Amino acid sequence: MAGSVAWNESSLAVAGVKLHLARAGKGRPLLVLHHDTGTLPRLPFYDALAERFDVLVPHHPGYGKSERPDWLRHPRDIAVMYRWLLSELGLSAPILVGLGFGGWIAAEMATSAPRDVGALALVGAMGVKPPRGDILDQALLSYMDYVKAGFHKQAAMDAVYGAEPSTDQLVEWDVCREMSFRIAWKPYMYSQTLPHLLGGVKAKALVAHGDDDRVVPLSAAEVYARALPNAKLEVVKACGHYVEMEKPTELAALVTALAGNA
Amino acid sequence: MHFMYFTEQPMSAYDSKKGLEFGATALMFSNSHFDPVAGSRLYNEYIEQYKLAEAVNFDGIMLNEHHNAPFCMQAKANVFAAVLAAVTERVKIVMLGNPLPLADNPLRLAEELAMIDMISKGRLVSGFVRGGGQEQLATGVNPAYNRERFEEAHDLIVKAWTQPGPFRFEGTHYQHRVVNPWAVPLQKPYPRVWIPGVVSRETIIWAAKQRYPYIALNTSIEATKKIWETYEQAAQESGYSSGPENRGYLQRVHVAETEEKAVANARQFMWMQGEFTGLAHPVWSSPSGYFSPSQRRNFVEFATGRAVSPRGRPDFQQQLDDMQIIAGTPKTVIPKLRRILEETRPGIMALWANDGTVSHADSKTCIRLLGEEVLPALRETGAKLGLNSPFDNNAPVGIRYSTDLRKPAAAAS
Repeated sequence: MAGSVAWNESSLAVAGVKLHLARAGKGRPLLVLHHDTGTLPRLPFYDALAERFDVLVPHHPGYGKSERPDWLRHPRDIAVMYRWLLSELGLSAPILVGLGFGGWIAAEMATSAPRDVGALALVGAMGVKPPRGDILDQALLSYMDYVKAGFHKQAAMDAVYGAEPSTDQLVEWDVCREMSFRIAWKPYMYSQTLPHLLGGVKAKALVAHGDDDRVVPLSAAEVYARALPNAKLEVVKACGHYVEMEKPTELAALVTALAGNA
Repeated sequence: MHFMYFTEQPMSAYDSKKGLEFGATALMFSNSHFDPVAGSRLYNEYIEQYKLAEAVNFDGIMLNEHHNAPFCMQAKANVFAAVLAAVTERVKIVMLGNPLPLADNPLRLAEELAMIDMISKGRLVSGFVRGGGQEQLATGVNPAYNRERFEEAHDLIVKAWTQPGPFRFEGTHYQHRVVNPWAVPLQKPYPRVWIPGVVSRETIIWAAKQRYPYIALNTSIEATKKIWETYEQAAQESGYSSGPENRGYLQRVHVAETEEKAVANARQFMWMQGEFTGLAHPVWSSPSGYFSPSQRRNFVEFATGRAVSPRGRPDFQQQLDDMQIIAGTPKTVIPKLRRILEETRPGIMALWANDGTVSHADSKTCIRLLGEEVLPALRETGAKLGLNSPFDNNAPVGIRYSTDLRKPAAAAS
């Protein structure tokens, strides 16, 4: 499924922690923040973005190939680490694309420096308490059932991970899950203060949400769309939580349009 | 030797078919299956059985705690310990134990345990455990910090018991700006701490470094010997040699007046549907971060049905053959239990005698036969083998109180 885009992989130290970074493309800097289930090395969605942007896909500290800092306690700490990373790389006004759990980190980054945001895309974002429904508790589900719940169609999951994900993949999901527990256990996967801090983010924002997202209720997206002054809510049809894997072309077009309007 | 009586305190009055249908008897298995009328009756029967165990000469009563499951009715072991402190006279009250990581305020445990020690006139043995995987979820506690919280809570409790307050405690998981509990244990320097366990190598090593006895929970003879090897190695590194006073063993054994009845009742050890602690859900029993990273791959494969439980799940006959379960009349169980003593050489032995739907009358018969006929024979064997308990040897409560170390105890913290 990997396209012709050339990805450069590197490792950078931030706060004494080695972070893995994949980077490709030219243009305005665009930071993709992955899910609580980590990320595959390549996705058609990333390739599509790399045709127009300077795309950076770091592995969150404690996830994938990045080191785990024992001291890290909150997704807000990750947001600060990524601000540090961008500063080291001399990048400003990044387009922030946050996927699920990564949406929470993107929102924290935006609130921490509202004038240094090119545009903000929150896709099935966690981070706020849904007024109706709850964020799905992965502690009660097997790795596979949790990921399965994020897809509208089983075939879409099979296309990305294969019908029988490898044990290596399961181990990676376990590592990711442990880190999510370490930093977002209680309250589970949301901040009680974030909704009150979103009002300062004047950048153009896209709040995208699958119409069949069984991981994060749509009502969470409505909270973001209401609290962010320049946000537009887009409900993606026939789509689950993993919009970037289930509707990559559609989401890439939405993000490109967002950046064009920014 | 120190012999103690144990039962899981099963809530046997639920419809076990419902557990099979649900596929698990833990965490999310609805408490609508719990019957408080039966619960009230069972709690009071268990108290009567404990009193009988004291009357027929057991040295201790072993208590434990679990949550959201029918296999153990003790949601708070300290409640039963407090009851036993008042209704018994002589037996040690052996907590195996309080799940430290589940406590958000370990000082509260320090206070409760100190009260139990005083009310019982110094009969408390204060064991500590990490709590099972699903216990973390049942109490909303982060499984990823389980071991850190265990060690830190232990340090705080021991400090509260041994260092005059007020003082301040600033830990990673626990911060208390004022530590000054007005209840401290009667026993000095503090009540004995025993550590039970099944699989975790880290816990065995930690116990050995603290010089706390480790109680192997019904592990196979072979696995038990490996546990003692691990313990002894850590003991040597800490400057002492371990012996029977550092070793405990929990054995499932049911005794009745006939072989047939004993075997029929012993089948009730399987009422938890083949699992050690009820029909477990592989995901709930092994939450991410709870197990050692060295076990990660094994538990991941287990959680997705790609491997059998790393804890194992042998059937009834296999467990009888391997003496994981012993059943019979006093005459037939004594040689088997002697063999267990010879092979595992513990100074502390817990007899897990009644489980599932074994009737109150049969439970009492079992306790009486154990006390009157089996224990005297085992005590004889224990004396012959030199299996002294920590009490027999007046062993130090913890490594800091050792006087025989080959090097300073600085390593233990």
